[in-house]
Parts: sequence; structure tokens; C-alpha cells
Amino acid sequence: MRYLPKSPAERQEMLASIGVKSIDELFSSIPEAYRLKEPLKLPGPFSEAEVVQYFEERANENSRGYTSFLGAGIYSHLRSVVTDTILQRGEFLTSYTPYQAEMAQGTLQAIFEFQTLMCQLTGQEVANASMYDGSTATTEAVLMAERLTGRQRVLVARSVHPEYRGVLRTYAKNSGLHVEELPFSATGTLDTNALKSALKDDVCAVVVQSPNFFGAMEELQPVAGMARRAGALLVVAITEALSLGLVKPPEEADIVAMEGQSFGLAPSYGGPFVGVIASREKYVRQMPGRLAGQTTDLEGRRGFVLTLATREQHIRREKATSNICTNQALCALAATVHLSLLGKEGIREMAEQNLAKAQFTLTELEKIPGVKRTFCAPFFNEFTVELPRSVKIVNTELLKSKIIGPYVLGSAYPEITKHALVCVTETTSRKDIERFVGALKDALLVPV
Amino acid sequence: MKKGMNEKIKTASRHTNRNEGLIFERSSPHKRAFDLPPLDVPAADPEKALGKIHRSEGVEGFPEVSEIEVLRHFTRLSTWNFAIDLGMYPLGSCTMKYNPRVNELVARLPGIATEHPSQPQELSQGCFKILSLLEKCLLEITGMEAITLQPAAGAQGELTGLLLARAHHQKNGNPRKKVLIPDSAHGTNPATVVIAGYEVENIKSNADGQVDIAKLREQVTEDVAALMLTNPSTLGIFEQQIPEIAEILHSKGALLYMDGANMNALTGVTQPGRMGVDVMHLNLHKTFSTPHGGGGPGAGPVAVKKFLEPFLPIPVLMEKPDGKFALDYQRKESIGRVRAFGGNFGVLVRALAYILAYGPEVRLATEDAVLNANYIRKNLEGVYDLPYKRPSMHEVVFSDAIQKRRGVNTMDIAKRLIDYGFHPYTTAFPLIVPGALMIEPTESESKQECDYFIEAMKDIAEEVEKQPEIVKTAPHTTRVRRLDEVAAARKPILRWKPPEKHSGAAG
Amino acid sequence: MAYPTQYRYTKEHEWIEAQGDTAKIGITDYAQHELGDVVFVELPAAGAKLERGKSFGSVESVKAVSDIYAPASGQVVEANAELQNKPEAINNDPHGAGWLVKVKLANPADISSLMDAAAYEAFIAEQKKEASA
Repeated sequence: MRYLPKSPAERQEMLASIGVKSIDELFSSIPEAYRLKEPLKLPGPFSEAEVVQYFEERANENSRGYTSFLGAGIYSHLRSVVTDTILQRGEFLTSYTPYQAEMAQGTLQAIFEFQTLMCQLTGQEVANASMYDGSTATTEAVLMAERLTGRQRVLVARSVHPEYRGVLRTYAKNSGLHVEELPFSATGTLDTNALKSALKDDVCAVVVQSPNFFGAMEELQPVAGMARRAGALLVVAITEALSLGLVKPPEEADIVAMEGQSFGLAPSYGGPFVGVIASREKYVRQMPGRLAGQTTDLEGRRGFVLTLATREQHIRREKATSNICTNQALCALAATVHLSLLGKEGIREMAEQNLAKAQFTLTELEKIPGVKRTFCAPFFNEFTVELPRSVKIVNTELLKSKIIGPYVLGSAYPEITKHALVCVTETTSRKDIERFVGALKDALLVPV
Repeated sequence: MKKGMNEKIKTASRHTNRNEGLIFERSSPHKRAFDLPPLDVPAADPEKALGKIHRSEGVEGFPEVSEIEVLRHFTRLSTWNFAIDLGMYPLGSCTMKYNPRVNELVARLPGIATEHPSQPQELSQGCFKILSLLEKCLLEITGMEAITLQPAAGAQGELTGLLLARAHHQKNGNPRKKVLIPDSAHGTNPATVVIAGYEVENIKSNADGQVDIAKLREQVTEDVAALMLTNPSTLGIFEQQIPEIAEILHSKGALLYMDGANMNALTGVTQPGRMGVDVMHLNLHKTFSTPHGGGGPGAGPVAVKKFLEPFLPIPVLMEKPDGKFALDYQRKESIGRVRAFGGNFGVLVRALAYILAYGPEVRLATEDAVLNANYIRKNLEGVYDLPYKRPSMHEVVFSDAIQKRRGVNTMDIAKRLIDYGFHPYTTAFPLIVPGALMIEPTESESKQECDYFIEAMKDIAEEVEKQPEIVKTAPHTTRVRRLDEVAAARKPILRWKPPEKHSGAAG
Repeated sequence: MAYPTQYRYTKEHEWIEAQGDTAKIGITDYAQHELGDVVFVELPAAGAKLERGKSFGSVESVKAVSDIYAPASGQVVEANAELQNKPEAINNDPHGAGWLVKVKLANPADISSLMDAAAYEAFIAEQKKEASA
């Protein structure tokens, strides 16, 4: 087998050196009754070409050749080939967690740069080396708020991604947290009257997302003010990190929980992505996850180490701030390289293109009789429209033109059926937008 | 050394990879590394569209460099890392095996890397087939009966497993209060127990480093939800009494959770499902070769016995009568989601590619892993203290007891090993072995590499006797040496900041 | 380092120096040596109640965290604010400038049951012997 670097003769030599006659003797500590007598029933063994062929066949059974208008937490953006070139370097790809700092300065410096970029983007003072994804980052941010305030109630806007809320509920059930959802108003943002009624001095966190699931920008200042007066922390979740290229960073937030997938990570059917937690320096000892810190060595050279490790599971064990160990380091590296390539001007330009394409799409859609914009709040690259008929039916028609239509909001929000969440990024050409608009118009005319 | 020569070398070394600064330190206004295709729709006015939340200035401090500078920067950084592609990581319980390169190719294929989990299910059948096949393979490997691929890493798998146990106990009317953890356990175990809403109760290992059956009998009550067992243990030793352990737990309605971090000792040789395990997690980034990438991403699938299936996280993949696949969200007893979307799909693809490459011959990998560990053990016995004498499987744990007499500890030895071209083994874990040297070579090391390792460890032991100082002040050959972790913890500097601007001065 | 004779000591390596019904508490030289360089200290605020034998804070080094246990019951009058900026005081002067909290004792007589300097030194000698056995 090509992954095993031993010849039969060498195996024999080694067995002799150990003093046993066969490999089976080395498994003698496993009770006989448990030892398998037959090989496992697995497909293969495949040569390299056969492995590739298997996956190429699967690739052809997916959505190749289709144009998509889906966002809803995962965004298609341009990625440079340079990012992959770096990621595929064996020194990054196949290296271990940088516990032994002298042998991992590459990883550690890259993490330090990632932490810096995340602070610059979010306007926060400190960011960690990554969480699994935006959904678990949001949950961990809430748990952090619980630890900091000692309170157990959480208020979360329904305009937060439904799957993020689902994850929070799962974790909350077992930690004594009480999660309440707050409605959205006619503008598509958090209903601040509902927030006002719900806020008491037993709330540890108020969670909003901006841009929210409907693509709408939330008004963070009033929400922050209300939370602060009640002694609660404001957690702002962000699923479309690229928005920060054009939108003011949420400095009002006490904790930002962000999904970094937009920065150099392919959609990849849902993962792996990169979650970010960024917050105030005064809260750093309650932050979960790894942190890379700058220091000097014996000779005064700058270097980097994992630091404040006493928060983590391998030291604090049951009193740790989180159980997280393996995180998403390579994905954080992808984001770091991607953002270094985009740079100050590039991220702005990319964000501007997103804004322009989304505005254009909405303008064209509104020309279709019966299609209306749902919410008036400002949006970035996602917006919601109301259609005169079921979105599901329209999407089925669109598939015939090889278009994957917008997200059906009714499935997660039963009170807003016939509304669709449209996402347009810099990767969607004008031609495809016009094709989409045309096909949608036709779809609405098809007799039901 | 003449001062002049020193200055020349300093300047020269800036042009190599020894002194690469931060990307921000390379920045200069208006440098660009990326161009976008021109905008083909009318531009939008951000001020008009966004109003007061419009970020009118660029992101302050953001990098401004060219493409070649980005490439050089990260390439230089990479040369400061050790990696499996370079040599051996004998890290215990990490299973640092070869990351097959074809796995990288298949994960990036258009049609695999490009798919969106919200797209129509009929356009995702390729993804579902991959997931379904991986599920079947992992069930065959573990001998369990149902599985979820959703958890993002081992720790998340542990949490998912405990939540499944809790759901089961809740259904039976008593959610129970505690989870038993052996004192040899990995830190994620107790941390996870707390997040799952349980109390940690430690159970001491016996003189052989195994679960103390008598203590277990005492400690398992109807307040105990589960025992979290790593098998083989973190000492690399198979828990021989696992039948009794399972029986004691089951007699009181408690569950046996197996931490599958050490599956590399078992795959193809035995199946945890046969040993009374009720729920377990796997680490795809360990046993199944997906790359560590400097700390993730990984994946931590959780496999269970049938009685826990109703509680699995949603959605669950199901095969319809027409052979097509769909996602089932209608599962009333599910614990819910543990993360958004389906899981670390890209990691799952790599794991399946690994399994397909081996097929039924995956047993050979396990055999070679155990062979290597035992070969190293045999050749270092007597050179280093071996606290537990039972047979080792895929990893062996020594201690620094012999070297301590000369004032040298496991950390020092580990640092000296760096000078010999190896990454250190795991130091100071498991906690039950003071001064531990935890060594797992994996099957990816040739006899030659193992011999180099043995030789290096022997040489270091000799240095400890004859010139301990060189070991105590190691490493000597790395770019940075003995970084000040105390200063980093006392006054943490966790991000770069632009240098202070002096009022009135230019730049 | 000599252990001050007017202090009393616990098995968890705390010291307590009583003056009437107030006392100062810290950790011993043995404890700071075992812990290594102290990087952070978590202490209760003034007014917090201490319960004898229960943990009231922690001392962190780079690689470990140690709980600190109250040698006697009482109420915190003052926590050593210097330690926020200079946690190394615990390493450099554990019995002096590295003090942790000043307390008002609930029951001053509690102290007399703790080890005196001689008994503590014998205790740690025993510990060292066991460790190298």
C-alpha cells in the first residue's frame, strides 16, 4: 500500500527486534472474542486515479452548470489562486497545533495576523484564533456573556440566522440558559419595543445579526444603549463578513461573533469555515479558544506563542472557558492570505461591487408586476422580495433554466410565505442577473 | 566578530526568510494585490444605500501589499514550521500520519467545493452519496449502528455524544447528574462534561494505568450518566476489562462512551461496537488522515447504538425507496443542531478518500502503527523509565524519572529532540504520569525514520549523563529559542497596532 | 527561605499572619516555587466572605492554575491591587509584598490550630521526600 513505508523484510526485522514472531502477537492484549477474523467490508482499495474518478463522478451529480442566487449564511466570492498555493504548502497544511512554538512560528505569526485583521474589521480590541464557524461562535459568545454577567437569560432576535438560533438552543438546553426570541418589525429589523419589554436585570446577552438573515442592516446604537442600561452584553453576529468592507464596524458590540467564510473559503457544502470571536480586552480572560501572543526569545527576537492557555481545556479542564481544542486554523490562514491579497482597497471595491449588483438586481426585479421589496432597511448584498406566488413553485420553474433561485423564507419563517431572500455577489454577471430576472418574470406567468 | 561583518549579515539576512515582519509592516498606501473584473452594472452610491452606517474610510491598518509580497510573506512564514511533510511528529494521541495529497485535489473539485447546502436536494445527490458512503464505512469500521457527521471536531463530537446520552436518560425519566472521567483523560473530556450540564467525577486508575474495577463498582450509581473511556487509554494500553466495565455501567443504566481518539490502534482489528460501547466519537483529523493544518479544521463524527438513533442531530440523511437521498428534519426526539449546515464537508470528503484508498486493507495501517510503537518501546526500554509495563498498542508512554536525577525533565528532552530534526513528543500528559514522554509514531514512519528517532533519543539520554546543560538549554538550532511565555501571559499583546503617529511630524 | 515564625501555615501552602482580629493571607515560598512564574491572580473584592477551607481565588502560571484556600473564615478588607500589574511579587517576595488579601477574621482563635513555621517546614520536607521517591 503506497501510504505505508515498509517492506516485508523490514517488518520481519522489526518483529524480530521486538522479539515476537508475528504482528498478531502485538494485538494479544485485545480479547480474542473481539478480534475480527475477516477484513472489513469496505469499498476499495482504490488507486489514486480511482479515488479521483469516484469524486469526479459525484461532482457531476451536483449543481454544476447552474447559476445560484443563494446566500443565507454562505456566500460565493472571488478567491485568488494564490490563497490555495499557500494553503497547499506542506508546511502549513500538514503541521500541527503550535504548542511547540519554536517549530511553528509560521503558524503562530499567521494567527497573530489573523487576530489583527479581525480586530481591524470588527473594531474590537482582541480576537481569537478561530472557532468552528459563525454559529458556534455566536453560541460561545453567549456563554461568555453568561460567565461575565452571572445571568441566565438570553434575548435573541428572530432575524438572526435560523440555524444559528438552533445551535444556541441546543447548547442552552443543557447549561441552564433561558433563550427567548424577539420578533422583527415591519422594517425587517429587531423590534425594539419588544426588546424594551423583555429587558430586565436578569439578561446576560442580547443577540442580533447585522446584516441580518433578511439582508437588512440592524440599528445597533439604540439596541446597544438599551442592553447596556440593563447590564446585558450586546452580541453582534455577522454571517456576511464582506459587509465590513463598506459598513461601519460594530464597535457598540461587546462581543462580535462572525463567520469568515466569505474570505477565501469555498462554500464546500457547508464547511469547513471559520468562526471568529472578537471582544474587548477587559473580557479576554473569558474568551474561548486559542490566542496567539507576541513575545521575545532568549536573544530578544520577536516571536509568537499560544498564550493565556490557562483558560483552555488542556489546563483548566472542567473549569475551562470552552471545550474547544482543534479549531479551524487552516481556514483562518486562508482568510488571512485572502484579506492580505484583497487589501484595503480591494475589500472596499469588492464590497462596492456586491452593493451595486444587489441594487441593480432589485431595481430590475421591481419592474416585474407583483414583485415588491419586503423590508425598507438598508441592505448589502442580500435582500428580500415578495412574490405574487409561492417561491417554491417559482424556483422549480427557474431550475429549468439552470438557475438556482433564492432562499424560500417561508420554510424558516412561516409568517412570511411568498417571500424570497435574494443574494447577488460580485461573481454574478449582469447577463446572469438579467437572465434570472427574465426567467422569474416568465415563471410568474406560467399557469399554476 | 567584526562590527562591520555583523551589520552586513544583518542586512543580508533581511533578504532571506529569517526576519520576515508582519504583513502590516510591509504595507504601503495604494499597493494592490488583487484586481476585480470591471463592474458590469451601474455603480451604487454607498452613502445613499447605507446611510450613516456607511464606512467612509477604508479599514484602518489593513494590508496594502502586492501579489508577490503576499506570496513571499507567507512562503517565508511557512519555512519556519515543522510539518509531517518534512518529518516525524511522535505526538501521543495525535496520530500525525501522512495526509494524502489526492485528498486535497478531490476536495477542491468543481462540483464538490462549490456546492451550497441550501440548494435543491435533487442537485445535491453527489454530496449525499459521499456522505452516505462515509457513514456506511465508519459504521463498518466502528461496528456501531447509526451515526452523525455533523460535529466539527472531537470536542464537539464529545459534546454531541453526551447530549445524546442525556436525551436518552431524560426519556427514561432520570437525566442523571454526573459523568465519570478517568484521571488519564484528555482535557476536552471534563470540559465537555460541564458544557453538557453534568458534573465531573474523577475515577482513579489502578496500578496498571487501567480503570479500577472495584472503584468503578462503587462509583457507578443511578446518578451516573456515563463513563467516558478512551480505548486504548492515553497510555496506549488496551482496557482489557472493557466487558466488565460495560456490564457494571449497563447494570445501573449508565452508558459507556468511548473517546475514539486512539482508533488508530483498532481499525480493522476490532470494533468498539463489539465491546459494549453505546456511543463514541471519531477524530477524522487523527485516524483518518485529514490534515491538521496548524490546528484544524477537523471533524468529530459520533457513532451510536440503535437506541440512541432517535436523538441524533438534525438533519439526518436518509435513502428513499427510489435510491435517491434526502435530508430528514422531522425528528421529534432529536437533540437539535450542534452547528449550522451539515458539518465540515470538505474534511469528510478527505476522510472518505483515505478510506477508499485503503479499502479492506486498512488493517495494514493499524498493524504498522502498532509495530512502530512497539519497536520504539523495545529499543528505548532501559534508556527511559517505563512506568506501565502492560503491552503498548499504537503509542508508548515513558517518564523522565531517570533523567530527573540529573536535573533534566521531559520538557528539556523534548526541546533537545528539536535539534535532532524531530518535533517533540507529547510532554506532561497524561496527568497520571509525572514527567511523561508520550510517543505515537503512526504507520507513516519507515523503519529508517524510527531508527533515527531511537538513535536521537538514545543520544539525548547520553547527553543528559555527560553534558546535561546542552539539553537544559535546548533548542540550539531553531530560529527563535525559548520564547518568553511568562511575559506573553503577564502582558498579552494579541494584535499588531500601527506605530503611534507623532503630531506634526511626517510619517 | 526561612518561614516567618509569627505566621501560621496550611497544608495547601497558604500562610496567614494575624494581628488581633485582622490578618494577611498569602501563599508560601514552596507554593510559588512549585507554580513557577506567576502571570495572573484572581482575587475577591473587598467585602467578599471567606469560608475556611474553601477556595477564594486562584493563582496562575503559564501552564497551571492553583486554587487558593482560605485558612480561616472572615471578610475581605482589601485585595492586593499591586498584583494586577506585578504578579511576579508573589514569586519574588511571597511572604511580604506578595500578600494576597487582608481579612477581618470571623474567629481569631481558628488560627491557632494551623501549623507553625517549624511544623510547616517539616511538612514540606516530607512532601519533597515523597515527590522524589
